[in-house]
Amino acid sequence: MTEYLNQGSKDTRSGFGEALLELGKQNPNVVALCADLTGSLKMDAFAAGFPDRFIQVGIAEANMICIAAGMTIGGKIPFTGTFANFSTGRVYDQIRQSVAYSNKNVKICASHAGLTLGEDGATHQNLEDLGMMKMLPNMTVINPCDFNQTKAATLAIATHPGPVYLRFGRPKWPNFTPPGQPFVIGRAMLLNEGTDVTIFAIGHMVWNALQACKTLEEQGIRAEVINVHTIKPLDEEAILASVTKTGCVVTAEEHMRNGGLGDSIAQLLVRKHPAPVEMVAVNDTFGESGKPEELLKKYGLDVPDIVAAAFRVIARKQ
Amino acid sequence: MLSIQELEKIASQVRRDIIRMVHGASSGHPGGPLGSADLLVALYFKIMKPDPEKFTMDGTAEDLFFLSNGHLSAGWYSVLARYGYFEAGELATFRKMGARLQGHPATAEGLPGIRMSSGSLGQGLSVSIGAALAKKMNHDEHLVYCLMGDGELQEGQNWEALMFAAGKRVDNLVAVVDYNGVQIDGPNDKVLPMGDLQAKFEAFDWHVLTMYGNDMTEVVETLKKAQWFTGQGKPVMILMTTHMGNGVDFMLDNHEWHGVFPNDEQTKEALAQLEETIGDY
Repeated sequence: MTEYLNQGSKDTRSGFGEALLELGKQNPNVVALCADLTGSLKMDAFAAGFPDRFIQVGIAEANMICIAAGMTIGGKIPFTGTFANFSTGRVYDQIRQSVAYSNKNVKICASHAGLTLGEDGATHQNLEDLGMMKMLPNMTVINPCDFNQTKAATLAIATHPGPVYLRFGRPKWPNFTPPGQPFVIGRAMLLNEGTDVTIFAIGHMVWNALQACKTLEEQGIRAEVINVHTIKPLDEEAILASVTKTGCVVTAEEHMRNGGLGDSIAQLLVRKHPAPVEMVAVNDTFGESGKPEELLKKYGLDVPDIVAAAFRVIARKQ
Repeated sequence: MLSIQELEKIASQVRRDIIRMVHGASSGHPGGPLGSADLLVALYFKIMKPDPEKFTMDGTAEDLFFLSNGHLSAGWYSVLARYGYFEAGELATFRKMGARLQGHPATAEGLPGIRMSSGSLGQGLSVSIGAALAKKMNHDEHLVYCLMGDGELQEGQNWEALMFAAGKRVDNLVAVVDYNGVQIDGPNDKVLPMGDLQAKFEAFDWHVLTMYGNDMTEVVETLKKAQWFTGQGKPVMILMTTHMGNGVDFMLDNHEWHGVFPNDEQTKEALAQLEETIGDY
């Protein structure tokens, strides 16, 4: 299989922070808003570099989202930053009316998504955000896989008109995609070609999918691995082409099964190309405190879980 | 330069429009817009005077208005049409299939004059702050106005926004609270007593003005005063006392007319009390 090397683990939120600083230099209309989590979101460099374009809103996320929406009137490109939990569930109606329905050019940037937030526990481990955001008309939903890709995605959304939800995480995680890569919104990335099963993954789970692919190869299974960094709009063409070839699917995501990537892909396949699907995701339960790797193991998102799902789904092929 | 009397004549036509629109749609909210009609007429025709021909979403180099309590849409649409944003005849499409005049204001249909969807309460003040901040960044000296309901202040987001605007010195913003004292379920004081609103706004460090919002002379004078107080480090709040249903005696101060449309007989009776000035659509 194609080799992917970890260039040194880094947190995806730092990719966001680096790109935001770059955007500050590139585009005077880029502004950033934060709800008292500047350090956690890695927005301090932007705040220090562009104090006149950084707005500290305080612990008031609803206010932040609507201020951002208002700033687009006047040509600003606002990037809001807080945890995924406070970027979505807490402000769903503000996003729905003032951003999505009003079709405003707001970039909602959400860190600390999923179980790998770790020790803070279920109150902060948002596993529903992708579902909430993808249900909103006009909203683009992106979950890049590592530091380099998060940086590229952050740069890309600045020039993409309209509402965007960009999701990333807290822990240091393998950084294996190339620096300075182009990021095309809505185009899935083929990471490894295979013929027996397709593993579609997003976010941190892309690395786990590649590890699972290695294990499968040792056992004679050739898995195709696709990084579906854009959950909406979904790259239907790439997904259907792969499933036509492999005939079965495993999806892997740090999100609820309800409303996540697997749900989107299953919907597509049911409509256009029925095929067996196994979903590696959290199944209708809240998380808890623990180390990221312990949590991924307990909630069935570890590498062996993807391998087992691949064997199950291959067995279901007719 | 329009005289007070001319502004009053426009407001009378706007009130007729509101009754006819809500009657024509067999749905909508007549009470609130009747109460705030004088404010909206004064704002557009005397104070802001934007150029409807040059409407852009960005609203650069002009004063902006945001309606936070979107259920006052009938009144706003009428003022926008009478001011020249679109033909008055389009008011007949209010709340109907395919209309640009949605039940609550929407940007999705491309109606000129509208820059933000509203209806879900409590968001307009924050949006106005955002637009005001963008104006400051763009060195645009124009002001941002926002109309909110009094019952709407029960939404907590408003208090986030009130704290922010004062704390961050957003002094190119004039917010107006339509203090008619009633909301859908009854008088504010029965639903959720809000206490001394003026003292609360002052405690939040806003510059607070009060006015009676159903007297055109007072409305124009207070808005001019509000303009004068901008640019001095504090956001400006106008606590505007109005009568819900103003202009139609059987709707006056009656919360039951918040979201109920008049039947044929009631419409006739209401229109008989409101002078047709510019001409019905």
